[in-house]
Amino acid sequence: MIVCTNITKTYGTGETATPVLKGISFTIKEGEFVAIMGPSGSGKSTLMHILGCLDTPTSGTYVLAGHDVSELSDDELAEVRKNKIGFVFQSFNLLPRASVLRNVALPLSYAGVPREKREAQAVRALAAAGLLEDRWHHLSNQLSGGQMQRVAIARALVNSPAIILADEPTGNLDTKTGEIVLGTFQELNRAHRHTIVLITHERYVAEHADRIIHIQDGAILKDAKNPRTIAARPSHE
Amino acid sequence: MTLADIAAETYASLTVNKVRSGLTMLGIVIGIASVIAMVSIGQGARGSIEASIQSIGSNLLLVFPGAQRGPGMQVSAGRGSAQSLKQEDADAIAKEVQFVKAVAPEISRRYQVAARGTNTNTQVVGTVPVYPEVRNIQVEEGSFITEAHVQGFSKVAVLGPTARDDLFGEGADAVGQTIRINRVDFKIIGVTKQKGGSGFGSQDDMLFVPLTTAQRFLAGDTYVTTISVQASEQSAMSAVQEEITNILLDRHRIADPALADFSVLNQADIVETASSITNTFTMLLGSIAGISLLVGGIGIMNMMLTTVTERTREIGLRKAIGAKRRDISAQFLAESAALTLLGGVVGVAVGWFIAWGVSRFAGIATSVSWSAVLLACGVSTLIGLVFGYYPARRAAALNPIEALRYE
Repeated sequence: MIVCTNITKTYGTGETATPVLKGISFTIKEGEFVAIMGPSGSGKSTLMHILGCLDTPTSGTYVLAGHDVSELSDDELAEVRKNKIGFVFQSFNLLPRASVLRNVALPLSYAGVPREKREAQAVRALAAAGLLEDRWHHLSNQLSGGQMQRVAIARALVNSPAIILADEPTGNLDTKTGEIVLGTFQELNRAHRHTIVLITHERYVAEHADRIIHIQDGAILKDAKNPRTIAARPSHE
Repeated sequence: MTLADIAAETYASLTVNKVRSGLTMLGIVIGIASVIAMVSIGQGARGSIEASIQSIGSNLLLVFPGAQRGPGMQVSAGRGSAQSLKQEDADAIAKEVQFVKAVAPEISRRYQVAARGTNTNTQVVGTVPVYPEVRNIQVEEGSFITEAHVQGFSKVAVLGPTARDDLFGEGADAVGQTIRINRVDFKIIGVTKQKGGSGFGSQDDMLFVPLTTAQRFLAGDTYVTTISVQASEQSAMSAVQEEITNILLDRHRIADPALADFSVLNQADIVETASSITNTFTMLLGSIAGISLLVGGIGIMNMMLTTVTERTREIGLRKAIGAKRRDISAQFLAESAALTLLGGVVGVAVGWFIAWGVSRFAGIATSVSWSAVLLACGVSTLIGLVFGYYPARRAAALNPIEALRYE
């Protein structure tokens, strides 16, 4: 699903050039739940932007679902984001004063899905994200943080993307709500076989994933399966 | 994104902050309304001036005598004072000039007119039966001067409605009564229809008598003061004017046209001059109003820039979920165009209402033309696109990563 080969990212040029990523290579297979973990300044956000096709690497190749996306133009990247990637952000980024359903259906309007099909798809995504039906017609700013993040997850799911990228999804939530949201990700991964990449700086958050990639100073420190979740996996794995 | 999506997004974002959208729109409403109102006042003024010029007759040429000048004298008694036009000149014009429908010579002067204890000073016009046709005058009661009256030096008079009111009281039955002009008694045979003040001298405060009678009993001479010539069609007016000039120069044995002892006034020239004045006036009013439209447009731009800044994160999100530059700029352009289009429509309605109010309460004629309405709507939408373009481009050019991080 994701093949990164020797990715580097350098900001600035000449004297002021600041290397942020210094040759990162890894592969993520379809259906994996991977956490990318590292302290702030480690380059994990930059990596997330590249994985999310919001940015391109300075060198190296990034192949997403069989297509090399490392050297695309802005509008081509937008096309890839539209069809292949679902984002979940730390600060939810919902449209305020818009209903939950409209928020979830928003990506569909850019994807050219006919209006009459949008609601059904949005409802399916909301059900998968575990938001109770009585909230679907609320305005997004009337929801609690946990509910907002579920709406954001539903929005990420609605277009059946190849991968879901979650950037510190629990950063603005209390521990208990964060736990529920992380449980939702695990559920999506196990029951619906969604490929999920979780970016975080907290170990206990990362430990909800099946595999943890540690990043430090722009390089991979460690890339290992997470024994705790592997043990908890159902036997068919 | 389909057009329906853009429309839905536009509606949603404009209704989020109704007060702000409304106030921004108000700028456009005021601009468009004042353009419509000002232009309609200008066009109304033009219409009424043209109508009053047309009311003195259609396709009309007026021949006036030149200025009275003694031999070698530089003092002029004024244009029209010379006694250089004769009845024969009028006959020659009628006979020799092509495209002439009717010729009405007249001799007019002010006299003190008395009737049974009242008296007034009014214009007495000695003329011929064709005069009403040429000068667009209609007879309300009785009849106008006939050929027999002219032939027979009859002492009959036709009153204008104002002269009738002054002499006999408002709306009184004057036909059959007698009036005295310059110690000569005249019998009233008719009253003309009211034409209204035309701004070029009232045509109602007049009194008509047969030309021959006026020459013999009032003026004591055979000159005429004006020859009104009606051309058969408007396109022939310049040609007729030229021919009249040539014939009269010939008859008066004048070689140099600069020394002509008469002048020919073309009604089309008067209309044109008046139109060019009112057009300038309309443009002046319109451009002052246009400034407020420009200010309204800057208001739109200001609001759109604020909106783009406020919604930076939303733009970042939209880009992250796949919106292209085109989608973002279309959305913001649609917002500003919707504001100005709506403002334009409301502005037209308000402008129309103002124009109606001005003519209703201030008595100034106004005329709202469809071209002005369409132009105003077009201009306001264009303003939306022009002033929305820069903010929309700014929004579309935002980097999604930075936009998402924007606090």
